[in-house]
Amino acid sequence: MFPIVETKLLAAAVKQFKIYAPEIAKKRRPGQFVVLRIHEEGERIPLTIADADPEAGTITIIFQEVGKSTEHLGKLKAGEAIADLIGPLGVPTHIEKFGTVVCIGGGIGIAPVYPIAKAMREAGNTVISIIGARTKNLLILEEEMAKVSHALKISTDDGSYGYHGFVSDVLQNMLDEGMHMDLVVAIGPVPMMRVVCNVTRNYKIKTIVSLNPIMVDATGMCGACRVTVGGRTRFVCVDGPEFDGHEVNFAELVKRQRAYLEQEKLALEIYRHHGGTCSGR
Amino acid sequence: MTEETPKKKKAQIPRQKMPEQDPQVRAKNFEEVPFGYPPELALLEASRCLQCKKPSCIEGCPVSIDIPGFISLILKEDFLGAARKIKEMNSLPAVCGRVCPQEDQCEKMCVLGKKGEPVAIGRLERFAADFERMQGEFTMPPMDRSTGKKVAVVGSGPAGLTLAGDLIKKGHQVTIFEALHKAGGVLVYGIPEFRLPKAIVQAEVEYLQKLGVEIRTNMVIGKIYTVDELLANGYDAVFLGTGAGLPTFMNIPGENLNGVYSANEYLTRSNLMKAYLFPKYDTPIARGKKVAVLGGGNVAMDAARTALRLGADDVYIVYRRSKKELPARIEEVHHAEEEGIKFHFLTLPVEILGNEDGWVCGMRCQRMELGEPDESGRRRPIPIPGSEFDLEVDMVIVAIGTGANPLIPSTTPDLKTNKWGYIVADSETGATSKKGVYAGGDIVTGSATVILAMGAGRKAAQAIHKYLMG
Repeated sequence: MFPIVETKLLAAAVKQFKIYAPEIAKKRRPGQFVVLRIHEEGERIPLTIADADPEAGTITIIFQEVGKSTEHLGKLKAGEAIADLIGPLGVPTHIEKFGTVVCIGGGIGIAPVYPIAKAMREAGNTVISIIGARTKNLLILEEEMAKVSHALKISTDDGSYGYHGFVSDVLQNMLDEGMHMDLVVAIGPVPMMRVVCNVTRNYKIKTIVSLNPIMVDATGMCGACRVTVGGRTRFVCVDGPEFDGHEVNFAELVKRQRAYLEQEKLALEIYRHHGGTCSGR
Repeated sequence: MTEETPKKKKAQIPRQKMPEQDPQVRAKNFEEVPFGYPPELALLEASRCLQCKKPSCIEGCPVSIDIPGFISLILKEDFLGAARKIKEMNSLPAVCGRVCPQEDQCEKMCVLGKKGEPVAIGRLERFAADFERMQGEFTMPPMDRSTGKKVAVVGSGPAGLTLAGDLIKKGHQVTIFEALHKAGGVLVYGIPEFRLPKAIVQAEVEYLQKLGVEIRTNMVIGKIYTVDELLANGYDAVFLGTGAGLPTFMNIPGENLNGVYSANEYLTRSNLMKAYLFPKYDTPIARGKKVAVLGGGNVAMDAARTALRLGADDVYIVYRRSKKELPARIEEVHHAEEEGIKFHFLTLPVEILGNEDGWVCGMRCQRMELGEPDESGRRRPIPIPGSEFDLEVDMVIVAIGTGANPLIPSTTPDLKTNKWGYIVADSETGATSKKGVYAGGDIVTGSATVILAMGAGRKAAQAIHKYLMG
């Protein structure tokens, strides 16, 4: 069992948990993720490790309540525990001194971008960050991102805070102004990553994206998370989660992410019908 | 029944069938297919054994169980004694009695098989093991004094479990590291409930824990610790029994459509995650109505029969050779046929067809004919030009084999692998190119059987014991 040490509401339906997992906290590197299973009947869900404190033995995860499992997870309190936590998984981000690195996070995608921005800064890069959300009160980690970035730009879809538009618009504006970038890291919803990649492709700026397809074992055993990258099938869990965004077949990824939409809806309905307790218990 | 039956009479007793669920009924549930022998049938079957002076059946057993010995104990109605006799050599008899290919091993060597049907050794093994488990009796086996040595076992499949049991009895401290959240490896994620109830695997795992084996689930070696870190962290030896878990795909167009599963994914969802109980369990699984399973091995049969139980109207096994070349056990093919699985032999899928939403809606196939034998000795299938046809399906399960997961070799620089990525290990000792590191089971041989992995675990346990005490 892995005890939850601290919970925090970051935005509507977005929560941050610190979980006691000293071995993972010691080992994890930016870009890696964990798989967790809340209880015996639970599914295995992958979540990026947003941060870790090796001394306290904790890892930080940030998640949005979008379905039964995340909604149930969000109901847990400090002192309660989750049954299984597996990690660190995936290939860590390739960190080195590139020069100017633009770190882009959209919505919940800001959580995985944060540790990468932090590590890029520590490696001596100039870190320019762009974070965005649908609306102001959904924006997370502004303070943290500001701390690790040399400059931080913000956008909201509805204009309630920062630039009125998308993170890709902010990026385009920076490029229009002639800003030099050595690397772009973009993490967020697939449409956002796709648009960012379309922007950077014209400028031949290498763009790293982190993908979040459906996974089961997340150790390379099942292939549920396969994506086409550069015409080749890759497993996100062991070959990724980060890939060259210019090579990723996003259209296929979107379709694969929607494979269980109906079941996910049904599971959530039943869960809520039972008053937010575990079905069958 | 206890008095000696004359040899002639023995030959007249037919091989006893196990009572089993009706095919029509069982095709709709996940309960085990055979019920197992009741004691009277076990006694009758046991009485067929000739108790040969030089029993060749033992030679056919990869772990050399004293087969006539345990059968004679059954005959004396000492069922617990029979189970203990088996356990001297085989720590997982309830598993092996169910999934061993006895027809290629012990039963193939049985003298009775020359003229008639061999003794049903597997069924008797299962009977004795089940009897002991039902009694719920736990007898502590003799344990050697603690040696103070520590062994790390990577993977909790048949090889790792066998090795752990052997080494703990020798007085070593044993920790099993399992990547998934449940111990048992392929016995848990791969083989379906209707062929191997998970409670049996659980009982075997708990038995090892009672002996003192520590089992750490959720530990992906190569990620949380490398093999070198295990050796540096106080483990005197490491055994790698990670299995052949990497799924193989056909590399044909349309394979990434929704509704296309690797057999590994399909079976893991159903068996390990219990998706067949969705929504009580959270993991979903697609319920295809017309399902094609590609491949002809035991895993293909398992996947096909699972699809049927998940509500498919039609399930096709699509295999590029003919029925004669099917690598699956005859019993499994027979069970599949009985349940209504249909076979498309001499058929090669060339493309999976999808609809606008990215879901499977069909499969383009090509007819094959058999040509000259290839290097495997089987006649090579050759495509017949112009024979393409479309099969209407809404789900495809790819069960054409598995490969080696590169996670451990890629993080252990001095561990030698062959060109397929399997670990190079001595076939007698399991010793690898790295000092103190042993390997066995599918990660060495490629996909094989539960009993062969157990045999490899047994040999490696002896070698590790010698290494630690030497």
